[in-house]
Amino acid sequence: MIGVRKKRRDFSQLSPLGNALAVLLAGGFAFLCVFPFLFVILISFTDEAALARNGYSIFPEKWSLEAYRYIFLTGDQLLRSYGVTILVTVLGTLISLVMISLFSYAVSRRSFKYRNFFAFFAFFTMLFNGGLVPTYIVVTQLLGMNDSLWALIMPMAVNAFYIMIMRTFFILSVPESIIEAGKIDGASEFGVFIRLVLPLSLPGLATIGLFSTLAYWNDWFNALLYIDSPNLVPLQSMLMRIETSMQFLLQNSNNPSVNSGLLQSLPQDTSRMAMVVLATGPIVLAYPFFQRYFVQGLTVGAVKE
Amino acid sequence: MAATPSPALFIRAEWRDHVKSLISVLRDMNKNKALLMMVLPAAVWFVCFSYLPMAGMIIAFKEYRYSREGFLASIMNSKWVGFDNFKFLFSTSDAYVITRNTILYNAAFIVLGLVLAVALAVMLSELVNKRLAKWFQTGMFLPHFLSWVIVGYFVFSFLSVDRGIVNQALGLFGIDPMHWYNDKTYWPVILVFVFLWKSIGYNSVIYLAGIMGIDRSLYEAAMIDGASKRQQIFRITIPMLTPLMVIMTLLAVGKIFYADFGLFYQIPRDSGTLYSVTNVIDTYVYRGLKVTGEIGMSAAAGLYQSVVGFVLVVVSNTIVRRIDKDNALF
Repeated sequence: MIGVRKKRRDFSQLSPLGNALAVLLAGGFAFLCVFPFLFVILISFTDEAALARNGYSIFPEKWSLEAYRYIFLTGDQLLRSYGVTILVTVLGTLISLVMISLFSYAVSRRSFKYRNFFAFFAFFTMLFNGGLVPTYIVVTQLLGMNDSLWALIMPMAVNAFYIMIMRTFFILSVPESIIEAGKIDGASEFGVFIRLVLPLSLPGLATIGLFSTLAYWNDWFNALLYIDSPNLVPLQSMLMRIETSMQFLLQNSNNPSVNSGLLQSLPQDTSRMAMVVLATGPIVLAYPFFQRYFVQGLTVGAVKE
Repeated sequence: MAATPSPALFIRAEWRDHVKSLISVLRDMNKNKALLMMVLPAAVWFVCFSYLPMAGMIIAFKEYRYSREGFLASIMNSKWVGFDNFKFLFSTSDAYVITRNTILYNAAFIVLGLVLAVALAVMLSELVNKRLAKWFQTGMFLPHFLSWVIVGYFVFSFLSVDRGIVNQALGLFGIDPMHWYNDKTYWPVILVFVFLWKSIGYNSVIYLAGIMGIDRSLYEAAMIDGASKRQQIFRITIPMLTPLMVIMTLLAVGKIFYADFGLFYQIPRDSGTLYSVTNVIDTYVYRGLKVTGEIGMSAAAGLYQSVVGFVLVVVSNTIVRRIDKDNALF
């Protein structure tokens, strides 16, 4: 009997035990991925005094909205940084979409005499680069972008990898015959591009657009390199700076020359965590919806001409 | 009697050829005018942000002096010192430490990342409840969307000396609080853990896409032959994924000389006591440029990274090409 039952076991699925194990492991890891964010939310709603007594806790002794109230009352800097981040993200994404789509469309065209040269021109930068020091010197001294919004936008505007993805996308989704037909009807190159090609390439543009939106929103490195003026500090960089000045003050708290009032003026633990929540909130709320495009981008990038 | 062409005429004929070829080049460019205009903005970008810095690598061989008269003047007026910067760099223990850290950490990331990402992808693909699998995938993808600054705050909420939950948990077992940011013993483990936490979900999505692409009839045939699920996984899924695993790994090996700056800078909170286990080439170059001002040495380290990195990418790509032409970068 037992033998018969074994033979009838369903091999198309995991055994119940195996499935339970897989759920436990995969689910456990998924929870581990989400937990820190939930934890930071909890901390941001904790009462500061309770926090000082118990440390960060999953079960706050006392809840409080004080952190968020503090931010909204004194949050000039946060508001300004939000503004900088939004401006840089919107402007940067637009600029990079324009430059990348134009370049990769031209390079995707068979009739373009110099396509191989320009494709290599872009591609070579994926293999070799000048490194941080020469780049820094070019950006600050030659281009004079130091301490300006352009230093947050331009260094990330183009990326050879996106160009490769976009070129593949144009080749796969825009048949040469459509372009020829458009030209026979008397449309110019630009006319064909704007009226025929772009509407067909919206999914590809969405993918690239999301990649660069995320990159701009999360960028702190360019601000670390090029920005001094507090008016131009984006969100991520602001969070970083608060941390650094906090550490500096704590390390030098015995030093009488360091103003102890400064330490008081910095946001407290809960407020800083609340800022983390506010800085990541938009992404965390939005990403489940655009996750699909990321996966798409990964698979499109894998297909080559 | 045939007149020997005078030299003047001869030259003129040659000129005529030059002019002709120039005209044909111009005609070609005119024909491609619109497409050339399209390429222009990004091409200028590449010149400014990629090719000029490549030319600027020359400062690794100079004693860089900032000049008010601008970029070119700075480079021209700096003294030529040959390989001195490199000699200094490699005479310190720094060169060894940063190379070792960069390579060892990346090696750990590559090996563990591969095993765990594939394991997770297989699990997700086999879950009986597909809806649940989708939810798990969404959860695992989250860390990919967060910046290292944010992850730094997350880690701090665990490792803070007086408030972190790790020390609270240790307290329950009667263990004294650890000064995590001043004790380098555990940092190799912490950094590997944090990196895997942030990247595995993303990589497992790639492998999951690979698994979805496997021909279902293979599994059906195996089931008719009475293959158990475990046999199906190890005899079909894994072998079918192997090319993808090899390619992903080789591409990662090509980048083994480049470290993730954010991970090594934000997560240890730039703590000086930890440098011997957290300093990598990228952080070293950054600190040389912005903190200590040793621009020559920093540029030398950058050039060392670029050149070795280039060789590694080309070699690993050649190997990928041998295995599977379609997945090679070039």
